[in-house]
Amino acid sequence: MDKIRESLLKPSRTSKLERRGKLISLVSLSSICLVVIAIFIFIAFRGLATFTSDHVSLVDFVTGTVWNPDVEVNGQPLVGALPMITGSFLITILATALALPFAIGTALMMTDITPKMGTKILQPVLELLVGIPSVVYGFVGLTVVVPFIRDVFGGSGFGILAGTFVLFVMVLPTVTSMTVDALRSVPKNYRSASLALGATRWQTIYKVVLRAATPGILTAIVFGMARAFGEALAVQMVVGNAALMPSSLVAPASTLTSVLTTGIGNTVLGTVQNDALWSLALILLLMSLTFNLVIHFIAKRGELKQ
Amino acid sequence: MNAKRTDKLATGLLYTLAGIVVLILVFLLGYIILRGLPQLNWRFLTTPSRAFTAGGGIGIQLFNSLYLLILTMMISMPIALGASIYLNEYAKPGKITNTVRTMIEILSSLPSVVVGLFGFLLFVVQFGLSFSILSGALALTVFNLPLLTRSIEDALKSISNDQRNGGLALGLSKWETVTKIILPAAVPSIVSGLILSAGRVFGEAAALIYTAGQSAPALNFADWNPFNIDSPLNPMRPAETLAVHIWKINSEGIMPDSSAVSAGSAAVLIIVVLIFNLLARWLGRLLFKRLTSGS
Repeated sequence: MDKIRESLLKPSRTSKLERRGKLISLVSLSSICLVVIAIFIFIAFRGLATFTSDHVSLVDFVTGTVWNPDVEVNGQPLVGALPMITGSFLITILATALALPFAIGTALMMTDITPKMGTKILQPVLELLVGIPSVVYGFVGLTVVVPFIRDVFGGSGFGILAGTFVLFVMVLPTVTSMTVDALRSVPKNYRSASLALGATRWQTIYKVVLRAATPGILTAIVFGMARAFGEALAVQMVVGNAALMPSSLVAPASTLTSVLTTGIGNTVLGTVQNDALWSLALILLLMSLTFNLVIHFIAKRGELKQ
Repeated sequence: MNAKRTDKLATGLLYTLAGIVVLILVFLLGYIILRGLPQLNWRFLTTPSRAFTAGGGIGIQLFNSLYLLILTMMISMPIALGASIYLNEYAKPGKITNTVRTMIEILSSLPSVVVGLFGFLLFVVQFGLSFSILSGALALTVFNLPLLTRSIEDALKSISNDQRNGGLALGLSKWETVTKIILPAAVPSIVSGLILSAGRVFGEAAALIYTAGQSAPALNFADWNPFNIDSPLNPMRPAETLAVHIWKINSEGIMPDSSAVSAGSAAVLIIVVLIFNLLARWLGRLLFKRLTSGS
């Protein structure tokens, strides 16, 4: 009698397994969240040291145009990050702007003009472009784009323009495939209605489809910008790595990521030179967060309209 | 200009734009393969690299890349599986779940160089793992987790709820339903996602420069005891991967034949990624046929 009573009152083997399984999966999920929190804490801790323990003013850091952490002027290291910030934004905006028409054109081909050819040719093309590692883009940039710019515009060939061309190809698949998603989510009866009113295919695309898909396309652009802003090695290989304010598109310049990849290994942890680099990493992190917020904002606005 | 002519012009323009995109890919692949293939031979793929003289190979880098990939997958697969099971099967919709999803999204959009720097601070400095395969694998895990979690979650989501109800109706617990019914049904798409993420991990370099290091010490391929310092399996040795190698020899410029070596390495990278891509499609389809009655 007691045995039966016991087996009924005690949790069964299955329910123990259930609890254990749920716990294991919860632990894995929490570990991912912990990592995200840890990333922010670690980078913020290091990045803020420039302002707290080295007493560099935030305004000087963001607006200063001379980056030379080894030199001190009035007891303050020369850490003006504006050249890198400008370089990063310039390359990001130019590359995304260049990619946008190609992305929209390719996406329209896949959704509205020749869907068959789209899935057979363009879809695999985009998947392959995504798959190519960034160092390979950098290598091609170094051996094809840089000499080409050198021949056409003179100078060394390294600079913002070379970075723009390389990043253009790198963000293209991201922006295109997200634009395709946006165009596909436009209801079919919008297109039918427009065509039934006598509009040509282009009028339908331009006046109806593209407008209805605008929030989605905006999201695609921001995603592309986020990818371009954070890309490190491919840009570092072609941008020239001179921490100067970019005077022209074909003069050597630098971005936040390029200075980080070359600098962290050459400085000692805890020094001013090193702290300044971590502050750049913090800017990178905050920008990535900003892009995320913008995407959420666009998504929310899009929902409200419908 | 009338509407019909505009329509024709615009259509032509769209064809041109898409054509240029195709041409870019053809040029990229053609350029890398044509430049790289002449470099590829058994000796190039198996001999160690040389820093200052021409004629070095990529043997150690290739092995490091593969070893790092396997370690990364071994660490990230169980965590991503657990996390996606919780997200898709247990988590109740609400504020907390939304926050968690947003965090995973943020992690997936972080620049890989930031992930690498975090890995440097936490694994290399804080945990004292120094520049090692283990640090590299952990950093790559951070880089890989959000994508893998999302792809497994999508795979789980695509299994219809009838399967879940069926399992519960048979008296199975939720966990048993997931492990015995839902997971096997989702295996084909999980495998495809796994292989695709393997391709990304294989080509990643920015997260590795400051975690797995930029040097490739000589290895003794006869010694497979993971505790010996020159054993290929030792996870505590610094390990430059193929992708890092390409970046390093191009930005340092000491190696006299660096452009030939990087062309060869780039071709190897591309070919491996292509193989991963094809494998993901083929294996996914094959497993789907084998494991389900669908065709």
